[in-house]
Amino acid sequence: MTDAPLLEVRNLTRRYKLPRQSLLRAPPVLTALEGAAFSLCAGETLGVVGESGSGKSTLARLIMAFERPDEGEVLFQRRDLHGLSSGELRRLRRGFQMVFQDPFGSLNPRRRIGWSIAEPLRASGETEHLGYRVAEALTQVGLHSADAGKYPHEFSGGQRQRIAIARAIITRPALLVADEAVSALDVSIQAQILNLLMDLQDDLGLGMVFISHDLAVVGSVCDRVLVLQHGKTLESGAALDVLRAPKHPYTKTLLKAAGVRP
Amino acid sequence: MRRLPANFLLGAVLVSLVVGIAALSLVWTPHDPQTMSIPTKFASPSAIHWLGTDQLGRDVVAQLMAAARNSMTVALVAVLLGGSIGVALGLLASALGGWVEDGVMRLADLGFAFPALLFAIMLAAVFGPSLTNAVLAISFINIPIFARVTRASANQIWTRDYVAAARAAGRGRFAISRDHILPNIAAAIIVQATIEFAVAILAEAALSYLGLGAQPPASSWGRMLSEAQTLMYLAPQLAIYPGLCIVTAVLGFGLLGDGLRDITDPRLARAR
Amino acid sequence: MIELANLSAHFGDAAALRDVTLTIQRGDQLGIVGESGSGKTLLALCLMGMASDSAHLTGRLSIDGRDMARASERDWQQLRSRRVAMVFQEPMAALNPLRRVGDTVMEPMLLHEGLSRGEARKRALSLFEEVGIPNPDQRLRQFPHEMSGGQRQRVLIALALACNPALLIADEPTTALDANVALRITDLLQRLAREREMALVFISHDLAAVARATDDIVVMYAGDMVERGPTAEVLNAPAHPYTKGLLGARPDPGVAVRDVKGKRRRLPTIPGAVPPLHALPQGCRFSGRCPVELPCCAAQRPVFSQTDQARGAACHLLTERRDD
Repeated sequence: MTDAPLLEVRNLTRRYKLPRQSLLRAPPVLTALEGAAFSLCAGETLGVVGESGSGKSTLARLIMAFERPDEGEVLFQRRDLHGLSSGELRRLRRGFQMVFQDPFGSLNPRRRIGWSIAEPLRASGETEHLGYRVAEALTQVGLHSADAGKYPHEFSGGQRQRIAIARAIITRPALLVADEAVSALDVSIQAQILNLLMDLQDDLGLGMVFISHDLAVVGSVCDRVLVLQHGKTLESGAALDVLRAPKHPYTKTLLKAAGVRP
Repeated sequence: MRRLPANFLLGAVLVSLVVGIAALSLVWTPHDPQTMSIPTKFASPSAIHWLGTDQLGRDVVAQLMAAARNSMTVALVAVLLGGSIGVALGLLASALGGWVEDGVMRLADLGFAFPALLFAIMLAAVFGPSLTNAVLAISFINIPIFARVTRASANQIWTRDYVAAARAAGRGRFAISRDHILPNIAAAIIVQATIEFAVAILAEAALSYLGLGAQPPASSWGRMLSEAQTLMYLAPQLAIYPGLCIVTAVLGFGLLGDGLRDITDPRLARAR
Repeated sequence: MIELANLSAHFGDAAALRDVTLTIQRGDQLGIVGESGSGKTLLALCLMGMASDSAHLTGRLSIDGRDMARASERDWQQLRSRRVAMVFQEPMAALNPLRRVGDTVMEPMLLHEGLSRGEARKRALSLFEEVGIPNPDQRLRQFPHEMSGGQRQRVLIALALACNPALLIADEPTTALDANVALRITDLLQRLAREREMALVFISHDLAAVARATDDIVVMYAGDMVERGPTAEVLNAPAHPYTKGLLGARPDPGVAVRDVKGKRRRLPTIPGAVPPLHALPQGCRFSGRCPVELPCCAAQRPVFSQTDQARGAACHLLTERRDD
């Protein structure tokens, strides 16, 4: 681990205007995320826990620079993503990649998976050895290089999530944002994908933001945890401390819901 | 293998019939459609003139075939031209969003509010009536239709995760529109194009009927119909033949479009 | 009350459900766990007489002593809502968006029991109170979109209870809900079953939810019933390798992420994935993924055998041991 943080999020706030209820009144505003702040080093995993409406997906979209915050900064390798020109941002994108929740929706159904996996490389202007790089990424996630010629519907949910991970690591990024990356999978497949993410992290020294509603899953892969509710940070700290001695009653509820043995 | 819907099959048969006849007319017609022969005018169907001749002694079958070709060409050009402009505008609106999207869609509303016939009459008034102007008018009304369908379908695809993944990969909005959006909305656009093809055939016939489309001596179902109208009592069959052709072609493309929609979007088929 | 004996469901040649044998008595709280493709939802649909027409049912499915495996739709209509009722996973999808929830809840009472609108309204009000919907008077007049997800699920529970069923089937009732709400809905279902002396079948992929809600558990894998027994005993000391694997793969929130050397711990896994219906193994359907496979497993199907009075499992390891 190096001293300079890989990712630093400062006072991140995002508000959405809701549809007008009446012509005369100003449209209501929803604060999806308020003052979120953390920093992440290479090789480290930060878990973001929250349920629908907690702002965890908004946080992911802001880190990925899909949308702009109303306040605050996202510093990736000490550069503010939201202060860059679109060209600079596009060049920097190969450094941070994302894995999505729905393994059925995150791959273009009309493209062979080799094409989809190579997309980040082509986007950053690389044209050489694409086939080799795709084969390498497929092997890294436990699939065969021959799978590159197949279409997404020929794979199971767990395999598709592996493909999505292959696409995310092909540019050899420094940061991976995983938004509910195992939530749509069966329990037995979940563990496989979580282990794969940990293997890749060890091999590639990835920093990871792991977003989930499931405290047990977060607890099994994350070094530190941030608990969000209605856009506000309820508590944060080392994963073991939060899980063993939650301070906030809401965290206790989440823990209760995640426990197998009553 | 799933069974194909009946409307698709019937539409496909009618469309291949009409398109086949139009294609055949390129290389062969039983007579020259333009050649007049006053002595044999109003001839009854015979071995030489299968459906008889018209008031100027021209062979009806030959004219119908030439008119089919005219009709297909007009519809094809109009749908391709209007469709590609409309699809491009729709993709642009969807990709850029914000004021561009608002602007394009308000323009589309304006286009919808403007009747095609009125536009064609306006073009004819300014540039004189011609088939080209008719094609332009029909293309023009197709633009907002395709722009709307494209934008609505494209907006859905923009919310998909694989589009977000492409953005995360660092791809630009236009590259995403080309590689991800267009292939996934192609089915909807093809369905719309087939239906608009039927509308274009009907519009061409209407414009030619009003004298704003195909000019003599070019053959057109609409013009045949308008010429036959004055002879309704003398030779009603001359109005019936082009009329049947128009019905066949419009029905064929309409059914084919509906059938394609049922195949590509089973949800809509069940809802009906 | 309900008795299944060797109930199987075939789609063509493929058995999506094989020889399910179990009984449900009044007041039983039974959990059915399994992953996708385990047949748990199909089993629920069979109990409602709502399995698709292309499913060919064999074996015995008796409700109140009457064999319903080949019963007609008319016969099932007599039983649904009055003897067996169901709560679905997605509360928004299960309610007609254009109808007031009160009308939806009253419909089965008017239809099956011939109540007058006034009587039905009175019963709907008391049901809303029973399932914990505040201001039931107002709520009856609302549309589904005006309610929260948890409220909608309560409406669906009220709807299922409308004609006092003897068995309530809940198919993934908490999967679409947030943890807070899910816990309360689980507790509500359990309380209702106890107070009404109604049987509850709670179907879920979530071991934690089933552990909270039920006394007995059935573990399903690829259409087979692999283990059955009291919930606490099965979860504390699973007999079948699949149940063991499932429990192990579930992360334990109390364990540190890194070991003493600072390396991240890996989770125990079940290798591979559930094979598709047409490519299931000949013998034990878990063979190929099982960590303790015997030579006979791939070819020979294990019989479901009781290990003691209350527990049983379908695994060659158990029968082998007894033969020794």
